[in-house]
Amino acid sequence: MTIHIDNKTYTVKAGKNLLEACLAQGLDLPYFCWHPAMGSVGACRQCAVKVYKDETDTKGRLVMSCMEKVTDGLYLSIDDKIAKAFREQVIEWLMTNHPHDCPVCDEGGACHLQDMTVMTGHDYRRYKYKKRTYTNQYLGPLINHEMNRCIQCYRCVRYYRDYAGGGDLNVFAAHNHIYFGREKDGVLQSPFSGNLSEVCPTGVFTDKTLKEHYTRKWDLTMAPSVCHHCSVGCNTIAAERYGELRCVLNRYNGDVNGYFLCDRGRFGYEFVNSENRIKQALIRNRTNEAAKEDEVMAHLQQFISTGKLIGVGSPRASMESNFALMQLVGKENFYQGVSEDEAYVNRLVVEMLSSGCVHSASLKDIEQADAVVVIGEDIWNTAPMLALAVRQAVVKTAAAEASKSVQAPVWLDSAIKEFAQDEKGFLATLTITTSPLDDLATHSWHAAPDELARLAFAIAAYLQPGKIDNTDINEELLSRAKTIADVLKKAKNPVVVTGTSCYNDNVIKSAFDIAVALNTSERKTAFSCVMRDCNSMGLAMMEAPSFNVANEAVKKNGHAAAVILENDLYRNVTFGVANDFFNACDHIVVLDSLHNTTTQKAHVLLPAATFADGDGTLVNNEGRAQRFFQVIPNAGSQVQESWRWLRKMQSLKSHAVNNHAAFPDELLHELETALPQFKGVTEVSPQHDFTIHGERIPREPHRYSGRTAMLANKNVSEPKPFSDEDSPLSFTMEGYRGVPPPMMTPFFWSPGWNSVQSVNKYQDEPGGALRGDDSGVQLFKDKQADNGLFFNDVPGSFVIAKDRWLLLPKYDTLGSGELSSYSLALQALSPDPFICVSPGGLHVLGVQEGDPLQITDAGIVYDVLPVKVDKDLCDGVVLISAGLRGSIGMNWGSRVKLEIRN
Amino acid sequence: MFSHIRTIWLTFLHLFKRHVTIQYPEEKVKLHPRWRGRIVLTKDPDGGERCVGCYLCAVACPVDCIALQATEDENGRRYPEFFRINFSRCIFCGYCEDACPTYAIQLIPDFEMAEYNRQNLVFEKEDLLINSQGKYPGYNFYKVAGMNAGVKQKGEGENEDAPVDIHSLMP
Repeated sequence: MTIHIDNKTYTVKAGKNLLEACLAQGLDLPYFCWHPAMGSVGACRQCAVKVYKDETDTKGRLVMSCMEKVTDGLYLSIDDKIAKAFREQVIEWLMTNHPHDCPVCDEGGACHLQDMTVMTGHDYRRYKYKKRTYTNQYLGPLINHEMNRCIQCYRCVRYYRDYAGGGDLNVFAAHNHIYFGREKDGVLQSPFSGNLSEVCPTGVFTDKTLKEHYTRKWDLTMAPSVCHHCSVGCNTIAAERYGELRCVLNRYNGDVNGYFLCDRGRFGYEFVNSENRIKQALIRNRTNEAAKEDEVMAHLQQFISTGKLIGVGSPRASMESNFALMQLVGKENFYQGVSEDEAYVNRLVVEMLSSGCVHSASLKDIEQADAVVVIGEDIWNTAPMLALAVRQAVVKTAAAEASKSVQAPVWLDSAIKEFAQDEKGFLATLTITTSPLDDLATHSWHAAPDELARLAFAIAAYLQPGKIDNTDINEELLSRAKTIADVLKKAKNPVVVTGTSCYNDNVIKSAFDIAVALNTSERKTAFSCVMRDCNSMGLAMMEAPSFNVANEAVKKNGHAAAVILENDLYRNVTFGVANDFFNACDHIVVLDSLHNTTTQKAHVLLPAATFADGDGTLVNNEGRAQRFFQVIPNAGSQVQESWRWLRKMQSLKSHAVNNHAAFPDELLHELETALPQFKGVTEVSPQHDFTIHGERIPREPHRYSGRTAMLANKNVSEPKPFSDEDSPLSFTMEGYRGVPPPMMTPFFWSPGWNSVQSVNKYQDEPGGALRGDDSGVQLFKDKQADNGLFFNDVPGSFVIAKDRWLLLPKYDTLGSGELSSYSLALQALSPDPFICVSPGGLHVLGVQEGDPLQITDAGIVYDVLPVKVDKDLCDGVVLISAGLRGSIGMNWGSRVKLEIRN
Repeated sequence: MFSHIRTIWLTFLHLFKRHVTIQYPEEKVKLHPRWRGRIVLTKDPDGGERCVGCYLCAVACPVDCIALQATEDENGRRYPEFFRINFSRCIFCGYCEDACPTYAIQLIPDFEMAEYNRQNLVFEKEDLLINSQGKYPGYNFYKVAGMNAGVKQKGEGENEDAPVDIHSLMP
């Protein structure tokens, strides 16, 4: 389709609005209320352009470009005098009440309102009357509220209520008094509230944790990163100043997180600055424990080159680190640092996805699904962004239906919402207990994992009769299964979501069966399985035996030296198992970034880098490998990536004279050669010596300040900038200033676009992929397998037994996360540890809510915790808060005893 | 020959001109108020620090010789936790003063800051802060800003209406 903008001809995509079309061509047109993820409402009147009847029309008419559809041969003008004057006038109105706050406003320097004001040319206040003021509200430890700065664009409520499904932020009052806030002061309830700071075009909602150590955007050293707090692998920008991590921002990735992050991802960064960080290598059991690097190496030499080494990998360490450990200890001595139960289900998931029978679902696939079934996994708490994607699927399906019936484009947000009303796409939540996602569900059912698996197998049996033996399943389940199967049959691109947090293979198998049964040539089905940690998938793909096997091996052979990689074993296995292991080992070398119970056991402790002070690659639950880059320069510090430590240890072992430091891309190359299942992983980023026109990509914006003063208190002669040989990114402000490859975009900035809205200058089209395609390498390739994988393992009914409760974890969106729980803001919102049983269970135990209960599991006695009642939980199941700060590993999925304690 | 005599003559004539050199340091230089010399941080009429830590001076500085870190007191008033100027790099261009939205940073006529040791040219906030309003008396940023930082309540500032009562339905 061709349109004419200011007498120039452009080819644009049909179905878009004029604003999107103009922005896609790289033209500057101011806007406020429109957002690529939320569509148009035409509230701010800022994007006015002139549209002409035809070529000869000179008069034209003003329209709001976001509300007008692109038509072939359209003539429009952005530069028209009247249109420009109109836009300037609109800004002038907005500015009549905007406070004189920019110097103390956290948005300043990255403010869409500032950018748009400059863009329209408004520069002088003619209005001489008083400004309207508002009182602020306390919105919790994450978000700061400064209502005076509001320009009434409605983006916050449209995001919070319509997009994220929050209920406690709204617009109040009338006419020129409207107020965006809560009914009364209080913590924002949605776990996606942090996005308000990026959605708000001005400084009404800002990041409260950044306020603690505030830095302007132009002063931040930024690097592309990947979130480490769940298995989804959202893309982030990590930002540093004065050697401290200052904030985490969203990094757009069209296939994964899009424009948003969850609060755990956005605010969970503080562990990097924690006092609990390990900064110094220690050799224990001597007078002076602190050791220099060469001292440590000399100490390690004694037993590394001679003794038997056992390597314990980690689901939260990078691919490079896990692989370097595997190389150091040898493939036969490398173990996953997770329990057998978890390793077993993880192995199953890898087998399913690598079979290629069904497509592994990205968040984008889930957002575009027209029917979603969630089986067994509490995705709201274990993978919040995935839950948000499911919400979009449900809402968008209804919007697409509405769009068809009223002949209006989907982006015409309020019209479509008005028509769709409460219509929703199909979502079935078949989970252990309720979550806020149930409010959206067409069909929700809560039961024990085995019962869920039985239902899911029954659904699969309906979808593909004859393959599953469902004779043992009762009528009620069968009729339920039929209802769900009938809807799924009609879907065009359904998605099945499950997860490993039930520690039940039948749940995953049955979910996979549904996906396989649904997958036909005309019905593209996708399958997603949530895992526990950020690199659980990567570790599982290495196909190493579990920690329990390592434990047996050590017990049998004895005299081993264990190298433990970024893994608090006391969180991953029960303390008995961990203790046994440590007692059996002669030498214990631990690499980690934070002190924990495992690091206390170390004989040699090495300070490992976090995501902010090191490079690495993670594989998310979808099988997408993504690279994260160092952002904190660690010159003069012992902190370095685990893979670097391990490489140095390896050269001790091989007595290599040439101590060649490996680069991450070289490690990935070796990984690809050693383990063919990782084929393609080297494409995750260009090589470390990649340049564009001979220039590297700067981590610092071109207006980075204070270079000759920030370290002048220590020495007035400035040191050489920290040089990073591991990646094509440099720690300076000099270098290539164009649009870099997407996986190496350290920040979004474009002339005249200082705020995060500048991302549209990096995309093919607004809301589309980043130019040069999205980052990440999908390691699981879809195959057309005829004899696909299919399971026929219908489990028996769940048996409720007295004193044999089924133990399952209960994660929390904000509180769970080994690393994120160090953030003070998240800690404040984290629940206290608890035990949760059904009302019937409470009756059986003869206790009241709040009474202390003790769990005993085959001789292991756990801490006493208060009991809560969950009316949606089925009898015979006990949930325990998991993943919180100080939580310990338990035998999830086993049967335990519950007793009252006084 | 003629040119030599002319030169001697002209030099001789200079004996009767008013001389421009002064006997510094015995004799002091006359300093004009707009001379751009040593940089100071001033205080507002109420004695509070004027600097709000907005980083605009740092970003305006062409030699990047200003580094600071903003922090907040219990009322939400921003001030610099540290404020450092490396005078060994400073070119006294005055851009920082131009950029300052609160009249906090000012260049004063004093230029006598020579040091034998370059390290001594690094000035911290304690060295920069003076107990005066400097060239621009009477300005208090927080009285005209919209936010409440303990200086005035919402709506009590200059040019501000009382806070909106969101329960009111009156036009």
